[in-house]
Amino acid sequence: MRVNFTVNGRPQEADDVWEGESLLYVLRERLGLPGSKNACEQGECGSCTVRLDGVPVCSCLVAAGQVEGREVVTVEGLAEYAKEREAHGGCATGACGTSVDAAKKWQAKPQDSQTGEGVELSPIQQAFIDAGAVQCGFCTPGLLVAADEMLERNPSPTDADIREALSGNLCRCTGYEKILDAVRLAAARQERQGEAV
Amino acid sequence: MAQNTRTTPVGTPTDVTQNHVKGGIGESTLRPDGTLKVTGEFAYSSDMWHEDMLWGQILRSTVAHAEIVSIDTTEALTMDGVYAVLTHEDLPAAKNYGMEFQDTPVLAYGKVRHHGEPVALVAADHPETARRAAAKIKIEYRELPVVTDEASALAPDAILVHENRDDHHSGHVPHPNIVHRQPIIRGNADEAAKRADVIVKGEYTFGMQDQAFLGPESGLAVPSEDGGVDLYVATQWLHSDLKQIAPCLGLPEEKVRMTMAGVGGAFGGREDISMQILASVLALRTGKPVKMVYNRYESFFGHVHRHPAKLYYEHGATKDGKLTHMKCKIVLDGGAYASSTASVVGNASSLSVGPYVIEDVEIEAIGLYTNNPPCGAMRGFGAVQACFAYEAQMDKLAAKLGMDPVELRQLNAMEQGTIMPTGQVVDSPAPVAELLRRVKARPMPPERQWETAGESADVRALPGGLSNTSHGEGVVRGVGYAVGIKNVGFSEGFDDYSTAKIRIEVINGEAVATVHTAMAEVGQGGVTIHAQIARTELGVQQVTIHPADTQVGSAGSTSAGRQTYMTGGAIKNSCEIVREKVLEIGRRKFGSYHPAWANAELLLEGGKVVTDGGEALATIADVLEDQAVEVEEEWRHRPTQAFDLVTGQGDGHVQYAFAAHRAVVEVDTELGLVKVIELACAQDVGKAVNPLSVVGQIQGGTTQGLGVAVMEEIIVDPKTAKVRNPSFTDYLIPTILDTPTIPVDYLELADPNAPYGVRGIGEAPTLSSTPAVLAAIRAATGLELNKTPVRPEALTGTL
Repeated sequence: MRVNFTVNGRPQEADDVWEGESLLYVLRERLGLPGSKNACEQGECGSCTVRLDGVPVCSCLVAAGQVEGREVVTVEGLAEYAKEREAHGGCATGACGTSVDAAKKWQAKPQDSQTGEGVELSPIQQAFIDAGAVQCGFCTPGLLVAADEMLERNPSPTDADIREALSGNLCRCTGYEKILDAVRLAAARQERQGEAV
Repeated sequence: MAQNTRTTPVGTPTDVTQNHVKGGIGESTLRPDGTLKVTGEFAYSSDMWHEDMLWGQILRSTVAHAEIVSIDTTEALTMDGVYAVLTHEDLPAAKNYGMEFQDTPVLAYGKVRHHGEPVALVAADHPETARRAAAKIKIEYRELPVVTDEASALAPDAILVHENRDDHHSGHVPHPNIVHRQPIIRGNADEAAKRADVIVKGEYTFGMQDQAFLGPESGLAVPSEDGGVDLYVATQWLHSDLKQIAPCLGLPEEKVRMTMAGVGGAFGGREDISMQILASVLALRTGKPVKMVYNRYESFFGHVHRHPAKLYYEHGATKDGKLTHMKCKIVLDGGAYASSTASVVGNASSLSVGPYVIEDVEIEAIGLYTNNPPCGAMRGFGAVQACFAYEAQMDKLAAKLGMDPVELRQLNAMEQGTIMPTGQVVDSPAPVAELLRRVKARPMPPERQWETAGESADVRALPGGLSNTSHGEGVVRGVGYAVGIKNVGFSEGFDDYSTAKIRIEVINGEAVATVHTAMAEVGQGGVTIHAQIARTELGVQQVTIHPADTQVGSAGSTSAGRQTYMTGGAIKNSCEIVREKVLEIGRRKFGSYHPAWANAELLLEGGKVVTDGGEALATIADVLEDQAVEVEEEWRHRPTQAFDLVTGQGDGHVQYAFAAHRAVVEVDTELGLVKVIELACAQDVGKAVNPLSVVGQIQGGTTQGLGVAVMEEIIVDPKTAKVRNPSFTDYLIPTILDTPTIPVDYLELADPNAPYGVRGIGEAPTLSSTPAVLAAIRAATGLELNKTPVRPEALTGTL
């Protein structure tokens, strides 16, 4: 079957999709967007979390056919999504994201282990780097999407709020302390920026 | 010139001869791969993609122990989209592999020895087609009895897991179902027991833990024109993989080119081969690139686990609390294939006494062959199980003596100069008593944090959480302590080395260093540290980390807490040789212009050659011009010795690491639910090369120990040896709600034998975390609790 939907603000068309394929599989294997991760493929770990019409979902549990005509935001589009949200005073569903062609062209290169300077990041992405919340990084994309969505709803979360919002995202490396630090940091920076305006 | 042929620099290992530089060692430098990891662009092994690639799928055994009567692949082969269906008969060369024992079949032949063993392989153009084709392969099994524990495996008429053993341990083990046995005898435990005023005995059970790294086993094998294969995989040790893969493909090692793909965590579970050989066999057979990705269910069968163990301990003490003796027997279940069981036995045995001074000991550790899932490396490697048991013993002993459990530990704590049961002298700092003092001195977290200003409780702060099972009724607090000892690096005489290739050259007028090693970056932050060391030693800002591959010498394994010490040491060593060569070029070029070139101590700093007095003599760019200096050297830690097979004596370990924990828990005693409120850790790290990463490692290790304490166990049916819970629905790992705040207090007491004084940090925090939580639950409930994990039924008496 053919599935038409919007990913990171760009209309996409996936062909020859088998009915049993998940949204996660279509993103990763057909659209060249491997950022959403495949840690459990059974809805238990949150590593594949994307926004579906704004709502965080495990993309491994969404059948590809279910996204027909709908809007998906993945970690690849998070920076642009956050920028749009900023520009539109809070909510972003406008055009944003990595072009699929650009994403498809991407492959492992020697400089991939370098700093990636000059890349524009969303506040939550920057905070994860700064706070040391990234180790192996496999849980990171899902956590970023979930944390960004929480900060959109709740700009000044308590620790209990953060824990509740991220309880569907497993991390095996960090013990979560630095993930909490990162979300607190992003919230604080957001607040400071808000005061400055 | 003699200097150019030297393989070690002039400095002693701990000297920091260069001045502090920005982004150098000791600074919380940020990860070089951080941006790629937060933007979704970092290429993990499951993200690999190639035009025209096929998908590989493994068919695994549905029974634990059986003869294979027949395999029928006819129907699978006729399916559209299927390119190959292979069994052991199709394997091109060696049929077995293994790190230490080559006892593991690539694909089962003759029999299967555990549930989930690979039997057949499919390649197809879609993963679902491959799965369906695999399901169409018909295998007829004739089931055999299973051995699943010490009693069944060592019975006189026990069925043998491996019938014709000829490995290097087979000659000395008392039973063919014992992989390895390591006794340690020192002093006279029976005689010393007579001095004891109190004796405590205990029997402890440690459950099977899974590494549960989030990135599943996966990778891409691409056949090459020369008949070889290019492999992109996630592993802990490229060169160890290569040594095992090449013979099974019938290829020389140079035709198997391995590149590290992004690794989604490891924790020991990627030390053994998983899909590497199988994807390569399919790629060579079909002539097409083959991608393989395990799902979570398969991942539970796709790697070795932490050895479950039974531990029997006896400790004695005089009435003033001095330990008199210790006797223990540790039985580790290695499962169907050896993996690293022999080394785990050596560790469990040699570290079974814990960080205590006990002169008279009688120790025995054995590793079994059974039909349970194979067990091997996991963070803590044999020391975890022992720590759980000896720390429970310390609490029992303290209770019997009427002593404070921390004071008892401090009274018997080892220190620098203590002699281990193996006869090895602990010759660098061992601040065991101090670590305990630090965690004990921390302020306690406030009580009854669930009480809010309003009338209702914040259930998120209570055991049971949002399940809303309690508003504080029946909730009791408990506090527990534990401390542990772990070895760092590969032990028992293993030739443990690492290789670093360092290049310095001028690019756009700036001196730039390139670090090329085969080190597996599994998330620990080794790549950050490599750049820090190069900046410190070469005085440059820009450092390129070359991808890890087999085009450079081995870096050894990313395990045993060894990489900062070993590959860090190799980088430091190669950088120092590079520095000497750069200075030599400078002397030749500019020596006649300034006497300091000949007379002063010279450093590389800020891209310049400077004197130790701070005078700049030339830029590195001017010294090198279009010349590049490149050095590739191996670097070794001091040698270790094998343990004597009868007495266990020998200087077997490279370095020891210590951590202590205090756990504060709250238990809903009616429902048996536990909430860990705080899990504080104190650890000696030698030198915090990257403080941010150090704390992250300690918190992560602590959390894996917490998981074992209250939730994590692979449950294997004792009658069938089949795995009952291979999913994240049924095998639980701590979520952010289960994990408490983890305050970390680290000491930096340099080890004079190690580069920069570093001490391997990754493993020690996984040891003491578990027994501290158990001790806290015991303190809250008064129950004995001799098994991990502690589930509700153990607390409510419904077991």
